[in-house]
Amino acid sequence: MNHGQSSNQAVTLPLSQHIKADGSVTSLAEYQANYGYQGLAKALSMSPVEVVDWVKSANLRGRGGAGFSAGLKWSFVPPLEKLPGQRYVICNADEMEPGTFKDRWLMEHDPHQLIEGLAIAAYAVQANTAFIFLRADYDLCAERLQNAIDEALAAGILGEQINEAGFSLTMLLHTSAGRYICGEETALINSLEGQRANPRFKPPFPQVSGLFGRPTVVNNAETLCNLPHIMYHGKDWFADLGLGDDNGTKIYGVSGRVNNPGCWELPIGTTVADIIALAGGMQDGVQLRGFLPGGGSTDFLTRDHLDLAMDYGTIQAAGSRMGTGTMILLDDQTCVVGMVLNLIQFFAQESCGWCTPCRNGLPFIRQILTDLEAGRGEHADLEQLLQLCGYIGIGNTFCALAPGAAEPLQSALKYFRDDFVAHIKQGCCPHGNSPVVNMDLEKEARSI
Amino acid sequence: MTPIIATDAAAHCADWRLQIEPLNEYEETAIAAEITHYPQPQAATIEALKIVQQQQGWVSDGKIKAIAQRLHMSPDEVDSVATFYNKIYRQPVGTTVISLCDSVSCWIMGYQGLAQALTQELNIALGETTADGAVTILPTPCLGACDHAPVAMVGDQRAHKLTPSSLIELARLAQEQPL
Repeated sequence: MNHGQSSNQAVTLPLSQHIKADGSVTSLAEYQANYGYQGLAKALSMSPVEVVDWVKSANLRGRGGAGFSAGLKWSFVPPLEKLPGQRYVICNADEMEPGTFKDRWLMEHDPHQLIEGLAIAAYAVQANTAFIFLRADYDLCAERLQNAIDEALAAGILGEQINEAGFSLTMLLHTSAGRYICGEETALINSLEGQRANPRFKPPFPQVSGLFGRPTVVNNAETLCNLPHIMYHGKDWFADLGLGDDNGTKIYGVSGRVNNPGCWELPIGTTVADIIALAGGMQDGVQLRGFLPGGGSTDFLTRDHLDLAMDYGTIQAAGSRMGTGTMILLDDQTCVVGMVLNLIQFFAQESCGWCTPCRNGLPFIRQILTDLEAGRGEHADLEQLLQLCGYIGIGNTFCALAPGAAEPLQSALKYFRDDFVAHIKQGCCPHGNSPVVNMDLEKEARSI
Repeated sequence: MTPIIATDAAAHCADWRLQIEPLNEYEETAIAAEITHYPQPQAATIEALKIVQQQQGWVSDGKIKAIAQRLHMSPDEVDSVATFYNKIYRQPVGTTVISLCDSVSCWIMGYQGLAQALTQELNIALGETTADGAVTILPTPCLGACDHAPVAMVGDQRAHKLTPSSLIELARLAQEQPL
């Protein structure tokens, strides 16, 4: 453990430095023993504009999936002189991307890190109210975050007049009632207003008119967790952490048939192969065939891509997205058609139903894939699937849900077309799968 | 094509002619506290629904009317929010809800076998409740615990690395609990 003014070399994996092997939570005292809340203290001694510039120059890219510069996002909030009054920051902790569990890991173990990051963001944009929008099923996170907020409030870290300039901050935990679309930032804002979580038209962007029509910044939980360290150590330290073009570290995760599924903080730009090696490699008797690099809405990559660096630019150049950085592995015992059907079923069900390509397109795709998996498919179905991927693609829908859903499908058709063809030729699933769970029934079950 | 919209409409035929079920003292106090967090009372809709559900296990039409009155909304507005979210139940559920994750990582790790074993053991289909009112099985989207797949929530407890036999064991324990 470092104490006080640690040297910049000492901390190379800042986000996980407090995470204990026994799974217990970091207390306020433990957090503060290791420069905890000193990043916030430093920010509070600077002007808000200086904090925005500090984070902008560190080039912290959004860890929720889109990779947009956090500092730049803040800079679109009009200055207080121009637009006085209430403004908000929201932590997007509605982690519901299939295969993603990194924010849960950070919040369960080290809630104060998130609270400090959110407080820094709030100060930067001069928001006196900050919300943590937490997904419904994270009961342990909710308990630990609320305790940590209460601790910070009792210690005078949050609350009234927390710096000499008289800045005050109220932090509120909102637990969602469960819906994937709430992760879309404008849908999240609608949900926080107590409405159905349909996305909003942009412009106006939330930074100008967001929650209750006020300037609002929404940042992902992992993104916010980086802020205390960037404030404390500075941008040069942050830049040195990354291996390639991107700065800092990343929480990478692996799930699927590996020996040791989990997540780890690593320098951003660590190779895919190294991350899978940390997961203990594939289980006995199964071979890796491909992987979704960053959650259910990213394009498949294959064994040919194992040496790629997991950073925004490299994965994009290979035709996919780093997304959330938590990969899902496809092995040779798993039916790729069934896996894509499972993903499409998720997106079809979680579609908010607002725009037609998503509301109608995804169930249409689900039906074709169900037929294919059951051995009732035809060759023409494959062309139709590709056509449908275009119809629900970027530019044709109101938000990114349906274009994201198309990504694993279109790439599966590119890399694993033979698997689809085998289903058609053999008239059944070569893996012996049949969509045993009746989709209509599932839908009804959900509508409770 | 799957008639999704028709299914949804059939499942929620709220009847607003039914009598209002007034909020109890706890619900009143808890909802009033939530309203103070927001500049307009409607923003507390989701919290209000969750508070009521915490009390009676689900949200009845009468309670929807009571929430609507409290938050200055129409019952239909409140219902449109209630039916949007996965975790608000508009029908009675069992004492223990087993939310079985059916998303991709859990599917790879054996969801289908779990669903089959559990529905056979309890002799109900997904979405149904046992005759004694003890257990409801709901398939649920990704629970964010893919490192422990396959997973389920049994009540508010997350169960990790399930096998058909460990899941059946948990279901039996839930059935033995007093209703």
